[in-house]
Amino acid sequence: MIGESMYQELILEHYKHPQGRGLREPYDTEVHHVNPTCGDEITLRVKVGDAGRIEDVSYDGQGCSISQAAASVLHELTAGSTVEETLSVVDEFTRLMQGRGQVEADEDVLGDAVAFAGVAKFPARVKCALLSWMAYKDAVVRSAAR
Amino acid sequence: MTSTSLDVERIRKDFPVLSRELPGGRPLVYLDSGNSSQKPTSVVETMREHLAMHYSNVGRAMHVLGSESTEAYESARDKVAAFIGAPSRDEVVFTKNASEALNLVAYSFGNPACADPRFTLGPGDEIVISEMEHHSNIVPWQMLAQRTGATLKWFGVTDEGRLDLADGVVTERTKIVSVAHQSNVLGTVNPVADVVALARRAGALVLLDASQSVPHHPVDMAALDADFVAFTGHKMVGPSGIGVLWARGELLEAMPPFLGGGEMIEAVWMDRSTYAPAPHKFEAGTPPIVEAIGLGAAVDYLTGIGMAAVEAHERELTAYALDALREVPGLRLIGPDSLDLRGGTLAFTLEGIHPHDVGQILDDRFGIAVRVGHHCARPLHLRFGIPATTRASFYLYNTTGEVDALVRGLHHVQKVFA
Repeated sequence: MIGESMYQELILEHYKHPQGRGLREPYDTEVHHVNPTCGDEITLRVKVGDAGRIEDVSYDGQGCSISQAAASVLHELTAGSTVEETLSVVDEFTRLMQGRGQVEADEDVLGDAVAFAGVAKFPARVKCALLSWMAYKDAVVRSAAR
Repeated sequence: MTSTSLDVERIRKDFPVLSRELPGGRPLVYLDSGNSSQKPTSVVETMREHLAMHYSNVGRAMHVLGSESTEAYESARDKVAAFIGAPSRDEVVFTKNASEALNLVAYSFGNPACADPRFTLGPGDEIVISEMEHHSNIVPWQMLAQRTGATLKWFGVTDEGRLDLADGVVTERTKIVSVAHQSNVLGTVNPVADVVALARRAGALVLLDASQSVPHHPVDMAALDADFVAFTGHKMVGPSGIGVLWARGELLEAMPPFLGGGEMIEAVWMDRSTYAPAPHKFEAGTPPIVEAIGLGAAVDYLTGIGMAAVEAHERELTAYALDALREVPGLRLIGPDSLDLRGGTLAFTLEGIHPHDVGQILDDRFGIAVRVGHHCARPLHLRFGIPATTRASFYLYNTTGEVDALVRGLHHVQKVFA
């Protein structure tokens, strides 16, 4: 019954009512990431404004509840933050996900994303949670390189 | 339980894993045999006994153990040959899996080392597969087309999940037609006689990927009348690491070796070699000895039960499951919903719920092992406009009680995501 604790109410809520879903203009960079083992995919756009402030993260994709909810949470967490701030959240989220359930999550940094802690115990699902976050990291890095 | 002549409760005792408990005290409900089957004690013990008491290399060791190992390895070939009705034991080539067998055949085409006109392949020539193939019967042919400039074509799949043998796919330029005997997703059993007739008219050779049929039905090489048949041991209660290519003897003779090395030769000079006759020509290096012997034991086990009885049992389970799944709201079966020309593999989607979530909850809450994803048949899923399915696949040890558990599990999944 561990797996059901993976499906936290908050995750199911984001899955059923995704925040900020849909691709929007304007954007600086668009990336497309795929999880080849399960076919989950995401297209993600980033618009960075003055002083490195994220103006919009828009996305579209298909996949399981974990991958879709993770994209929705990402959208919420990035809104109004600077690139630098969001990258440190991405790093903390990655650390949590790759911790095989042994890592204590920093709720102050992660906010709602802490709901994904249970996913870390399922190596096969970690990639689902990370898909949109890795796409986001890729997009902002490319955006900065422009 | 079921009313077939199969004593399922007794059979289940032959498979120790089926009575184990999963963490949390859940019983195991194994509905993933299409992926890989479980192993009976006789297979495990045969392999253990051989490793412990008789093991040595085969073919080349001139001592007691060498001869015992060779005897056991070659007798596994005899058993497999008899099991599939091969006209000759020398037509049974051991490979490491079905993928290797399929690659071996693909490698023979358009190969400068093979002058036989049936295997010549170049620009303008055609390779025909189908949209329902496993990646292992797609990718080797894409690679061959890339190497030779030949054209890759395919039969489509109907909405019901049947092979669409439309006119114009096979032409006089077709050199090889390679299709699944039974789909690993749809469960569809393809009309081999029709495919063979089409190919023969065009002068093309026929390869059957029988990975999903040989474990579940009585299969006879002479009756099938194909040119090549590939299957694998681990789906038929045998170990992984051992597969089989059956091919007509005169074709094996014409085909070039696939891998070079020890034991596949007749004589070697510094600048050239001559090759051993088939099947050894295709078995370079030390083979998977114990795995082949394990496959022999698997064949003994299945023969003891009787493949007709296995088939009848799975048919009954499939009928029961088709009825039961129809009652699940929002469930869309991908594949034929009648018993006509179909095996015990049921793939489906649940509206609004991703298969990975279905599989996760079935496993974690109920100990039900199904496969989720595209099952190495991505083009087929694209054809149906879906990224993935949940797949339950049955074998001789499954029960209607397990089908009931699956249905209960699916209702629970729907509750979680309601």
